[in-house]
Amino acid sequence: MEGSLAKESARKDILPGNTAKTLVPQVEVARVVKPAPPRYRNEIAKYIIRRSSDCTLCGKCAEVCPHGVHVLKPGYKLFSAPHLNVCIGPSCAETDHYCVDLCPNRALRMVENPMLKAMGDYRWTPDMLMATWRMAETGQPPSPEYGYDYETGASGGGLDRLRFRFPEKPPVELSDEEIDTSIVLNRRDDGRPQVKIDVPWYGGGMSFGSVSNVIQLSKARAAVAFNTFTCTGEGGYMERMKPYDDHVITQIATGLFGVREETIQRVRIVEFKYAQGAKPGLGGHLLADKVTPAVAKMRETVLGISLFSPFPFHSVYSIEDHQKHIDWIKHINRRTLISTKVSTPNDVDMVAVGSYSAGTHIVHLDGGYGGTGAAPDIAKKNIAMPIEYGIVKVHRFLTDEGIRDKVTLIASGGLRTAHDIAKAIALGADGVVVGTSELVALGCIRCSRCESGRGCPRGIATTDAELAGDVDIEWGTQRIINLYSAWRQELVGILKRFGMRSISELRGRTDLLMHLDYTNDVEMK
Amino acid sequence: MPKKYHIETKKIPPRLPKTGKFGIVDWREDCARCHNCVKKACVFDRYRQEMQFIRDLDEFSSMFFECMGCFSCVQKCTKGLLALTVNPEYERMGNGYYTPDIILTTWNQAETAGIPVSGAGYRGKFTGSGFDSMWTDMSEIVRPTRDGIHGREYISTAVDIGRKPKVLSFENGELATVLPPLVDVPVPILIDMFPAEYRFPNLVPMLLTVAHRTGTMMVIDWEDHELLGEYRTKYLSNIIFYVGKDTPLPPPEILAKARLIEIADSGDVEGRIGQLKAVNPDLVVAVRVELDARGEQRSMELALSPVVEVIHIVADINGNQTGVERPKFIKDMTRHIHTSLVKEGVRDEITIIAGGGIALAEHMAKEIICGADAVTINMPLIIGLECRLCASCRDGFECPAKIESITDEYGVGRMTNLIAVWHDQLIEVMGAMGMREARRLRGETGRALFFEDIEEETFGRLFGKRISA
Repeated sequence: MEGSLAKESARKDILPGNTAKTLVPQVEVARVVKPAPPRYRNEIAKYIIRRSSDCTLCGKCAEVCPHGVHVLKPGYKLFSAPHLNVCIGPSCAETDHYCVDLCPNRALRMVENPMLKAMGDYRWTPDMLMATWRMAETGQPPSPEYGYDYETGASGGGLDRLRFRFPEKPPVELSDEEIDTSIVLNRRDDGRPQVKIDVPWYGGGMSFGSVSNVIQLSKARAAVAFNTFTCTGEGGYMERMKPYDDHVITQIATGLFGVREETIQRVRIVEFKYAQGAKPGLGGHLLADKVTPAVAKMRETVLGISLFSPFPFHSVYSIEDHQKHIDWIKHINRRTLISTKVSTPNDVDMVAVGSYSAGTHIVHLDGGYGGTGAAPDIAKKNIAMPIEYGIVKVHRFLTDEGIRDKVTLIASGGLRTAHDIAKAIALGADGVVVGTSELVALGCIRCSRCESGRGCPRGIATTDAELAGDVDIEWGTQRIINLYSAWRQELVGILKRFGMRSISELRGRTDLLMHLDYTNDVEMK
Repeated sequence: MPKKYHIETKKIPPRLPKTGKFGIVDWREDCARCHNCVKKACVFDRYRQEMQFIRDLDEFSSMFFECMGCFSCVQKCTKGLLALTVNPEYERMGNGYYTPDIILTTWNQAETAGIPVSGAGYRGKFTGSGFDSMWTDMSEIVRPTRDGIHGREYISTAVDIGRKPKVLSFENGELATVLPPLVDVPVPILIDMFPAEYRFPNLVPMLLTVAHRTGTMMVIDWEDHELLGEYRTKYLSNIIFYVGKDTPLPPPEILAKARLIEIADSGDVEGRIGQLKAVNPDLVVAVRVELDARGEQRSMELALSPVVEVIHIVADINGNQTGVERPKFIKDMTRHIHTSLVKEGVRDEITIIAGGGIALAEHMAKEIICGADAVTINMPLIIGLECRLCASCRDGFECPAKIESITDEYGVGRMTNLIAVWHDQLIEVMGAMGMREARRLRGETGRALFFEDIEEETFGRLFGKRISA
């Protein structure tokens, strides 16, 4: 069974002629990597250099360090605060410019930064945070000399225990230019546009309210640069996002905040959010402090009152009801693709097949360890399965049902790095959605205070004008562009080692993975 | 509209400075006096609060550790003089099971009665031992009520304690089965006795008041009944007297009015139940079974007895089997007992109450999914009173949290808050699962995901045999 409007390959003639299109000129954003230095005065570093009272201020350290760690400004008697984040750490000892060894008075000592213990968590280790900041700053994967152990977290399971089995030598030597990282999002052959994105990821839904409009716009602009998408989340669609309509997914969630036909008609993808991995089955939750006048106006709600999205859609209690929803949107916007975002219950495979049969183009699985602006701790930890299991389960079932190539499977929920993206694809996803990583690129430190009071103290997950003012839109855009660029390079590097010309060749190649906790002796067909 | 179960709560502030997770190290001597101090700009206003705290300090007992760990001041200080550390006092709290995180969240819940909510995704290990090796399921579409979040008041957390008939028989259209007595409690949480070192005499009346306010019951050793004072008769319907195997039974005037009583397991369980029923046939009798090396087997034997109504299985405070070298965990033992009784076809006739290791609301939900009808708790309640499991009392020293001198308002309020917020969290989990009744949650292992099973199903097929422990 397919959705009524899914059977419309014969209707190509009506598309996209009668489709409402955005009337606003679309902005172009160049995909150019430029340095985007951190916005904090004291960037957190993996190693710190302690200067003892034996220092005679001779300036030798500043003279020898090619990275500019030590800062002795002309005319100043004392050193300024060092730029420790550019220090390459103990690996510098093998060079001829190691300040600790070259200090004439042996006044310098290098130690691992003890503050790292207070930073990050099992899923986002300090190394992963710092490496992401570095990528956002430079647009390059961090050089190995920095010693960041950032490809996996320390959660002790799932993606953190999976590794690629790279061949000793690539079967085919390929250049970077020969490698295609794009994926298509419409596989239904239903006459709707073939949307292709240049990288196998797009930005996750973050509503205005959960994050500031500067953050939303930075994400949108980076999405334009990489010909991919970002998602509005469920808080409505800002007028200021109109110039990026072609790269915006608008979300219809259970609260229907800010959902209007006009906003649905603007976009190329509409996402139904049935559930969110961090709080499956519980609906959205925007605490009162973040419901500012601007947020209340856009959501058409009352100032200062907590907003709970119900769960589920009150109009959906079956796949048939879901199909009615999809048909509704397909009627309103004849060019749009439909994405259905669900979490990962035990029967996620059935949910995915049902959603496909209702006419969705994209099945978006959001695993249990996904991000959120606010969720009960009991839900974040305990409800529904991690995404690693969900991908395999759904990919396997869709394959067995013979419909794997008719639907795009997108995964999210704790995917943090380019390596996670590659592993998710190897497990069976076509692409992924990322969220927290973008925020980390903008300076998030994972303190988990997004929900409290005025919101994020880092100026990201906040609607407080003063706090939000800490992030500049150009800077934010560049940081995300840089991160995307570094990730793409890493993905290309992985594909090159496998001799693959396209990211789609990696999909479902579990034979290229190994799990550190298993014997890894299963013969693949 | 029938009255809904609701626990009245109010904020009860802590008596002691909180032992928070983070502390700022401030190197004041190198301060540039730039008048642009990041401390003024702390989003959470912690520095001003710290100064106030120091001004108000009447004795030196703890530092101020309310920092939220955002690093903003550390990174913005013009001279880089601030550093953030994990508070070593925080790390020392608790034991291997009751971690500092568990203790801190319990304090907060007992204070506010609010469900802990935070931003960003889950921060912990992928999986772990004990209750951390399972997830609860959710339903994408099925809801307990069609009102979604606004219909949660219709989710019932009530459970029945007692023996239930396997079938009902009717004669001439009338019920012919004699229904056994049942005790219903509105929330599947009962208060258990405390280990000897944590038995503060002043707590007993407070616990009973908490049981009364929340509509639940507390287990108390009959030998300690004098501690109850006037409450013994006032709140008798909230008391479960525990009678040791060599302890004489309570007098008939008590037994006649009691609803539920607990006896120690012994060789003469059926005889003792007979004696109790002879005094009050409507009395429900639970048998307390220590989960030692024979605990599981003994529970199953008792469950097959036609006179045993309720089995209260008890592990140690950390949820472990006692008296064995490699102890099993309460969740696994409960699951084994539950499934064995299902196979025997007697599970629905018997009530299983499980205790030991229930440290968080999620543990309660998971323990019920694994097969318990209800759980008993003790340690979380005492942690709610700002105990930090320092074990000073075990060693005979004075309690640094001064629990022996707490007021009724504080003690009853904090413990009531904790039960209320556990109840709310149970509803969160059940709401996500699409479950409308806690009775139906019992043994619903099909609505849970167990790490070993899902790993085997997902990764076992791809990567062979799991080699790690």
